[in-house]
Amino acid sequence: MSLGPEEVRKIAWLARIEIRDEDAEGYARNLSDILDFVEQLSDAPTDGVEPMAHPLDATQRLRPDEVTETNQRERFLALAPAAENGLFLVPRVIE
Amino acid sequence: MHDKTLSELSALLEAGEVSSVELTRHFLDRIERHDGDCNAFITVCAESALAEAEAADRRRARGEAGPLTGLPIAHKDIFCTDGVRTSCASRMLDNFVAPYDATVVERLKAAGMVMLGKTNMDEFAMGSSNETSFYGPVKNPWDPSRVPGGSSGGSAAAVAARLAPAATGTDTGGSIRQPAALCGITGLKPTYGRISRWGMIAFASSLDQAGPMAQSAEDCALLLQAMAGFDERDSTCMDEPVPDYRAALGQSLEGLRIGLPREFFDEGLDAGVREVVEAALEVCRGLGAETVEIDLPNMKLSVPAYYVVAPAECSSNLSRFDGVRYGYRCEDPRDLEDLYLRSRGEGFGAEVKRRILVGTYALSAGYYDAYYLKAQKARRLIADDFRRAFEQVDVILGPTTPTTAFGLGEKADDPVTMYLSDIYTIAVNLAGLPGMSIPAGFSDGLPVGLQIIGNYFDEGRLLAVAHQYQQHTDWHRRLPDGYAD
Repeated sequence: MSLGPEEVRKIAWLARIEIRDEDAEGYARNLSDILDFVEQLSDAPTDGVEPMAHPLDATQRLRPDEVTETNQRERFLALAPAAENGLFLVPRVIE
Repeated sequence: MHDKTLSELSALLEAGEVSSVELTRHFLDRIERHDGDCNAFITVCAESALAEAEAADRRRARGEAGPLTGLPIAHKDIFCTDGVRTSCASRMLDNFVAPYDATVVERLKAAGMVMLGKTNMDEFAMGSSNETSFYGPVKNPWDPSRVPGGSSGGSAAAVAARLAPAATGTDTGGSIRQPAALCGITGLKPTYGRISRWGMIAFASSLDQAGPMAQSAEDCALLLQAMAGFDERDSTCMDEPVPDYRAALGQSLEGLRIGLPREFFDEGLDAGVREVVEAALEVCRGLGAETVEIDLPNMKLSVPAYYVVAPAECSSNLSRFDGVRYGYRCEDPRDLEDLYLRSRGEGFGAEVKRRILVGTYALSAGYYDAYYLKAQKARRLIADDFRRAFEQVDVILGPTTPTTAFGLGEKADDPVTMYLSDIYTIAVNLAGLPGMSIPAGFSDGLPVGLQIIGNYFDEGRLLAVAHQYQQHTDWHRRLPDGYAD
C-alpha cells in the first residue's frame, strides 16, 4: 500500500491536522511503511470469526438517567483558551 | 532510605522509625539532585507533597493509617490530578491544569499516599522509547545513552533511580512492562477492566489499562489492592471482587505449570536476553514448577492488528483536542477550520500525528472492513490462542522484550522497527490479559525483564510467582551506580 503526499493531505484534512508541505513527503513514506506492515493481516484466517470489541465480551452497562454531576461551569470555562459570558469563544462562523 | 522497598518503608512508618515528612523530603531531595541526569519528571510537587506528608503523619498519630499512608508515589502525567498540570507530555496540554483527580489518583490519595510529582512519558502514551515527549526524552538510569522504554519511561526511570519508591503507569501495548524491563523494575498490567480508566487520558480505549510500577511484586500487590475495583464512572470497569493480593503472595511454585510459547523464543530474541530468561526459568523449576512448551500460532498477527486498532481508537479519542475548550490554541486563527487545523497541527508531535492519520485512513469510508474489522477478528484469534493455552498451563513465561535498552535516536526515524520492540507484550493487551515484568538479570550491564502472563483476573497468581522468584533472587534490589547515594 503506497500513499503519496496528495493522499496524506487528504487524510490530514479529514483529521483536521495541518501538515506542512515540506513534511507531507515524510508522512507519506511513514504511513506507507505502516500500512505495508499491517497488510500482513490480510492473510489471517478470519472467515466466520466474530470481531472482538471487548476482551471479556462485556456489554455496555446502563445507569439510571439521573443528574449526578455538579455544575462547575466557571471552573471548566477557566480552562478555555478564550471564553466570555459563560461561552467558549471561537472565530466568527456565521457572517 | 531510598534502597528500601515500598513495603519496607511502610513498616518503618508503622514502627515510627521515620515520618512521612522525612521520607518525602528524602525523595524530593533525590529528585532535585538526580532528575537532571534522567529527566524522569515533568512536574515536581514539592510544596503540596510536604503538606500531604504532614497530613499523613497527623492521620497516623490519630491511629487511622493504612499500609500506604504517608508513602510517596509519582504519577504518570497521563492521570488527571486536580489543580496540578496534566500534560500527557504534549504541547497540546502543556497549559492544562486538570479540574479533577483520576480514580487511580483519588484512590491512592484516599489511602494516604503523597504525590511527589508527575512523570515524563511518550506523548499521549504513543511510543516505546520515551523520545516522543514534548519535554525531551528520559534517559535510562543504567546508561544515559539509552532509552528507558516507553511509554511509561519516566515512571520506570524514577523507580529505577530510586527517585520515587513507586509510580503509576499505563499499558496499551506494553507501556508498563517494556520500560519496567528496560529499567530493571517490577511492573504489572492488570486485566482489562480491573482498574478504572476514569481520568486517565484515553489513547486506545479497548486496550488502555493502568497499573503499578515499583521495586518488588510485594510493592505492586500493595498498590494494586488500593487501585483495583469497580468504578461506575468507567463503563468498561469490571464489577469483580478484589481479592487480598498480599495474602496471595505466599503461594508456592510447587506443581505450577508454566507455559513457554515457542513464538517468544524464536530467532528474533537476542542471545543475551535468552540466556537470562533461561536462567530465570531454571530458578522456577528449582522451586518446583514444571515448564511445558506451548504454541500461540496467531502471535504474529498481534503487532499488525495493534497498529490498526490502536491508531483507529486514538484518531477517535484525540478528536476532542480542538483548541476550543481547553489545551493549545494556535495564534490568530483566520476561521474555525484554520483554528482546528493549526491548533492540532502545532499542538501534536510527529508520532501522534502519524497515528491519528493511520487511524483516520483505516476508519475512512471503504476501508473499515479491510482494516478495523479485520484487526478485531485477528484479535479474537489471538485471544483464543491464549484461552487454549490456559487450559494446559497456569501461567505463561518468557522475555518481556526482544533486546535490552536500545540507544537514544536508534529507532526514532523508523516507526515500524520501533513498533516491533513491543512484539512480546502487545498480544496480552489485545487479549485483555494481565501481564507483569520483573527484573531477571543483566546482559552487558543492562537489565533484562522476565514476563509473566496470566489468565483473566489472576493477578494474585502473577504476583505470587513474581514474589516467590524475588524471594530467591536479588535482581530487583540492584540499583544503578550513578544513583546509589
